[in-house]
Amino acid sequence: MTGLGATMVRAGRRLLSSLPALFGVLVFTFLLMRVLPGDPAVFFASGPNAGKEEIEQIRKQMGLNKSVPEQLVFYLSDIGHGNLGRSMMTGQPVLKDLRERLPASLELTFAALLLALIAAVPLGVVAALRPGSIVDHGVRLFCALGVCVPTFVSGLLLIYVFYYLLGLAPDPTGRIDVFTSLPPQHTGFLLIDFLLAGDFEGWWTACKQLILPAVSMALFVIAPLARITRASMLVSLGSDFVRTARSVGLSWRKVVVTYALRNAILPVITIAGIVFSTMLGANVLVEKVFSWPGVASYALDALLSSDYAPVQGFVLLMASLFVLVNLVVDICYGIADPRVSIE
Amino acid sequence: MSEDLLRIDNLHVAFSTRRGMVEAVRGVTLTVKAGEMLGLVGESGSGKSVTGFATTRLLDAAGRVTGGRILFRGQDVTKLRGDDLRQLQGAAMSMIFQNPRAALNPIRAIGLQIADAILTHKRISKEAARAEALDLLRAVQIRDPEARMNAYPHELSGGMCQRVMIAIAISCNPALLIADEPTTGLDVTTQKVVMDLLADIAAARGMATILITHDLGLAARYCRRIAVMERGRIVEEASPGALFSAPQHAYTRRLVAASPTATSRIEDLVTEEERERYTAVLGKPRPVPAHGTPPLLEVRKLAKRFDQGSAAVADFSMTMSGGESVGLVGESGSGKSTTSRMICRLIDPSEGDIVFDGQSIGHVASRDFHRSPLRKDIQMVFQDPNESLNPRFTAFDCIAHPLTRLDGMRAGEALRKRVEECAERVGLPLDLLPRFPHQLSGGQKARVGIARAIACRPRLLVLDEPTAALDVSVQAVVLQLLDRLRRENDIALLFVSHDLNVVRMLCDRTIVLRNGGIVEQGESRALFDNPKTDYTRKLVEAIPHIETGPKLAAAL
Repeated sequence: MTGLGATMVRAGRRLLSSLPALFGVLVFTFLLMRVLPGDPAVFFASGPNAGKEEIEQIRKQMGLNKSVPEQLVFYLSDIGHGNLGRSMMTGQPVLKDLRERLPASLELTFAALLLALIAAVPLGVVAALRPGSIVDHGVRLFCALGVCVPTFVSGLLLIYVFYYLLGLAPDPTGRIDVFTSLPPQHTGFLLIDFLLAGDFEGWWTACKQLILPAVSMALFVIAPLARITRASMLVSLGSDFVRTARSVGLSWRKVVVTYALRNAILPVITIAGIVFSTMLGANVLVEKVFSWPGVASYALDALLSSDYAPVQGFVLLMASLFVLVNLVVDICYGIADPRVSIE
Repeated sequence: MSEDLLRIDNLHVAFSTRRGMVEAVRGVTLTVKAGEMLGLVGESGSGKSVTGFATTRLLDAAGRVTGGRILFRGQDVTKLRGDDLRQLQGAAMSMIFQNPRAALNPIRAIGLQIADAILTHKRISKEAARAEALDLLRAVQIRDPEARMNAYPHELSGGMCQRVMIAIAISCNPALLIADEPTTGLDVTTQKVVMDLLADIAAARGMATILITHDLGLAARYCRRIAVMERGRIVEEASPGALFSAPQHAYTRRLVAASPTATSRIEDLVTEEERERYTAVLGKPRPVPAHGTPPLLEVRKLAKRFDQGSAAVADFSMTMSGGESVGLVGESGSGKSTTSRMICRLIDPSEGDIVFDGQSIGHVASRDFHRSPLRKDIQMVFQDPNESLNPRFTAFDCIAHPLTRLDGMRAGEALRKRVEECAERVGLPLDLLPRFPHQLSGGQKARVGIARAIACRPRLLVLDEPTAALDVSVQAVVLQLLDRLRRENDIALLFVSHDLNVVRMLCDRTIVLRNGGIVEQGESRALFDNPKTDYTRKLVEAIPHIETGPKLAAAL
């Protein structure tokens, strides 16, 4: 399996080459947080009338009385030891907070991306098969609507229709309703944990909670995915090898799926990776609307209260995830396209 | 009647375009008997490929058969639908395409692609299909077929890909094979091997073949009967011998005359537009360089190694004097393009030196060479006239660009005069200057490319396959133009080509390259008439010859 070996080597090289970028992100966010207005010590003092000494003491406790370079060195050494600091809001270590909340965000984003792909790829293919037809224009209209309605609006609309009017959806309050007990934690992904525990009723509850936020996020990203599928499918269908496939009389299914679509899906993989990373960071609106206990809303709250450590931890987490997602995309690409791995 | 395998009756094909319907084929009538090989020859836009695609029902969505019938075994192909059509495609007739690498699915192993074709038409197991695919790979003489079954198209050479394409096309033993420019873009030697293979397979399996090509010589070598197409009609149909010795139609006569042969001279190529100006120049004696004049270009032990370490070019030395034309020939991968780019200073040599007009330029980094005053003296004409012109520049802008960048001219009357003078010299009508490349024909674009290259009055022109993408009649015009410019302005030409007939005509001397080294060099005619090495002999023998040059010249 030289192909697999080459892919692993590529993956390793890619990881190594992204380390400097991660370091840059670390330093940049650190400095950015220092530049932003607002003194965290004032925020976390016991009350509005806290005296100068008290604030000064908090500053000392937080290490804010040292110079910025010194703070940076402390920060970097902490990170080196796997310590992302402590959140002033929750009073817990940032690492613990993130670890608790990341699966919620990931589960939501994965579900949304999956939904988006399931909808977008067939839409793109159908549009490409009949360019200029009513179907094509319909897909275009749908995509345009999806992209121009902000996620919090579509989220609220969905809640209004499916929860308030129709009563089909459960309360939009988090990952699970209050009556269901949480499954033993293995992965943090409720859907998987419920399955592992064999609790199908619980699984269904979690699923119902997940659907509306996932759909409102998916609506927003169907457009780029469907458009890129359509465009690359058009190229694929017009290519010489599809003509070859037709020339030997291969069945319609074989021509469209095995020959055209498999080639057309390559750029979609890349775009899906980018879309995933964007969604993960940008789903704060959906998390807020649906009271989803994810990392994005956590980071937003921290930012608003000048809580340095969680924001820095969040940015580092996002940057690492971005690198990781790109790596996964790269590996997928290497597997899907034999031409890539030889480079 | 019944013995005709294929009978095309007054076929009309039209394409809907933005400017309305355009007729590509207007009344083609043609018959093909079982087992025969018919050549369908014509220049681009003559409708020969469209006729082929209409027969196999592979026309684009925009194309439609608007009249006539295509009877295959008595059945009208144009009326078939759905399953009836698919049973015909591949099983009864199949097609081989130009650009074999693009014609194969890039992300599917070739063994699977052949098996796909087999499984479509035969109810057999996947294992049996795989075994058949392996047999087919053996039949098309692919070395180490077991290992190649799992190879992807990008791992094979162009010739190998075409063999795989042939394997797919013959997988279900069709009665009719349509080969659309099957060897265009392949090396001459590969072309011969692939065509021989195709002819053998067709003969062994009793397949009728339609060979669609722009190359008269190729058709003459392999076909008993040739139909010549022009502007959607068949203008003449005859045996190769008759066609070349006594072409009846005016277009055929022009085509035959424009096709370079082993004995033709540039002045023999019939091109009305260029001929007059060309003959005027021919009469004038060429200035003989004074004895002891230093050579214009001297290349010493040039070498180029790319990253992997194997040398693309090694130990390449040559000299050229002013106004001389030198051909650089060899198969793809022989290093001829790399060499020409080093001499143009577009890439840096790893070793050796280039001395131009007494100045060493080999050590000027290629990224800085545009600032050298010698940049004006060494100019280049590129292979593809479509790709090498900026689509957002008008013809005027293209020609003016080197003048403003290298000669420091400003927009104004003087610049306009110079551009018009250049256009006039290459025979480009002045009213075409405001046009954009996509509004020009292939020949006109080639002229713009040449006008741009000569705008700064260079002393050395490096041409990388300048006519490879052109029709023979246009090629004839361009060749005469180049030779006229050389004679008029004393420009030295370094001509990189794989077309030995063209090199033989245009170049005083020829250098044969193989694997980055010089195999043989010498005066062109002597070298081709009497090759000293086996490699050159193989190259020369692979060219399809038309052995009627002198007779034809007499007939005209």
